[in-house]
Amino acid sequence: MSALLEIDEVTKHFGGLCAISNCNVRIQAGSTHGIIGPNGAGKSTLFNLITGIYKPTRGDIRFRGESISGLRPGRIALKGIGRTFQSIRLLKTRTVLDNVRIAYDSQLHYSPLEAMLRLPRLGRDEEKSIEASLALLHPFGLADQAHDLAGDLPYGSQRKLEIARALALKPDILLLDEPAAGMNTGETADLVGFLRWVKDHFQVTLVLIEHHMHLVMSLCDRITVLDFGQTIAEGTPEEIRTNPRVIDAYLGGTEEE
Amino acid sequence: MRHFLDSVARCRWALPALIAVGFAFVVACEYFPLLNDYSKIVLITVGINIILCSSLNLVNGYMGEFSVGHAGFMALGAYASALMTIKWLPASVFELPLGVLFGGTIAAAIGFLLALLSFKTRGDYLAIITLAFLMIVKSAIENINYVGGPRGMTPPVLTNLPWTFFWVVVTLWVIRNLIYSKFGRAITAIREDEIAANAMGVRIREAKILAFVTSSFFGGVAGALYAQVNFFIDPKSFDIVKSTEILVMVYLGGIASLGGSIIGAVIFTVLLQVLQPLGTWRMVILPLILVLLMLFRPRGIMGMRELTWFLPAGELFKRPKP
Repeated sequence: MSALLEIDEVTKHFGGLCAISNCNVRIQAGSTHGIIGPNGAGKSTLFNLITGIYKPTRGDIRFRGESISGLRPGRIALKGIGRTFQSIRLLKTRTVLDNVRIAYDSQLHYSPLEAMLRLPRLGRDEEKSIEASLALLHPFGLADQAHDLAGDLPYGSQRKLEIARALALKPDILLLDEPAAGMNTGETADLVGFLRWVKDHFQVTLVLIEHHMHLVMSLCDRITVLDFGQTIAEGTPEEIRTNPRVIDAYLGGTEEE
Repeated sequence: MRHFLDSVARCRWALPALIAVGFAFVVACEYFPLLNDYSKIVLITVGINIILCSSLNLVNGYMGEFSVGHAGFMALGAYASALMTIKWLPASVFELPLGVLFGGTIAAAIGFLLALLSFKTRGDYLAIITLAFLMIVKSAIENINYVGGPRGMTPPVLTNLPWTFFWVVVTLWVIRNLIYSKFGRAITAIREDEIAANAMGVRIREAKILAFVTSSFFGGVAGALYAQVNFFIDPKSFDIVKSTEILVMVYLGGIASLGGSIIGAVIFTVLLQVLQPLGTWRMVILPLILVLLMLFRPRGIMGMRELTWFLPAGELFKRPKP
């Protein structure tokens, strides 16, 4: 069976530095896939390769069997790959509503000329998109703050808004880069339920980079472990927990002993 | 008092009414001696500067690039329209409207090429490209004998107050419509964070092309109007000093604000006239005002805020924060 997202023998060099080398990951539709690894293992680079911010030096990335490596980031997003960022990237001087609305705009079809002359279709489309954006914000508990500036939201709400914004594109797959970063234990526990709800409610495949092992182990069906840009293990949470190479990577090599 | 101002700001028919009264006034000025010639020229200059300022604001303010080439688009518009009014269509009824449209179109076509370059580079590097563009336009015109080379051209005086007023309204209306559409939101998203914009599915290239083409079109329109008011244009009228003047107006009035562009253009043009008796000293006082402005109000008078009158009805829930 072919996977929803296939990362096939991908290598990425930055000058002399090899950030990712011969990396293979298969992400099945409907799964929750965790990507873990020590700092600097190349996890975020992998996300940036998938979303087109970087181009692979070698190898191919396929989404629904179609090669997407080399496409511009905007195109890849529109093909159905949503993402969030490790350091939150909201449009901080725009309102909460606008942040979602701009993502919704890709579904509006009026032309530049219609916009410049403000023809009737624009008004109808805009109304629809405002309604849809508010409806999307509602279950995230952000509807009341819709007209506040995104930068004024508390940290946790900003993370939620970033996820809501990614979902406005109606993606098939959602890449979350450290969703629990900066959250305390209680908030992290809430996040597990929240992400399950996102997955069921929006019917998306989740891929998450995370350091909180508890979160990864309780949420993910499959886990890929990266170290120095290479896949060192892939399997179910149980397999990963007992894999000696993973334990090595996390707890340091055994050669000193 | 505050309540009164608030209700004026929220009044939806005030702006159309003001435009109608303004138009009636400028038409009346053509037939009755309401204003002397000097005042008319000042008002036309204010109008041309509003067009220049608001169109440059689209690229520099809303999109957050730093173009110093706006005088280049002005030059293209001025020369294209001068060719129309002097050589191709002299003394026809349509020579001014066609000349202005032709000037805008030529400028927009070149603006499209500049937009293509903006895909690859941005920020300081794009600013240098726009500077190079300005130099290319100027020296190209200087070396084409057909348009008079360094001697310039002498187009007929055709620009009058009603036409200027008409083009000011068109410029502001079109740019405002663009800003409050998905394209405008895409343009401002590029300014805020291009990587985030990409992740939001924003069509970056489309937005950049639209911003550059619209901005240069109206830059060309302003140049065309300018050419038919001064009796004389030469390549030296469109150098970096001209670009700088437009930049000063944009940053004085406020980035990403059409209300700001109007205020900036009016204050700058009027100050330049009022300070006339000071001679060379006005070129000391004006930059000084700019330095103080950047120190105490770096975003300009109206920076990032908009007159409520300019917001479309559907966006009124977004009351700007005090």
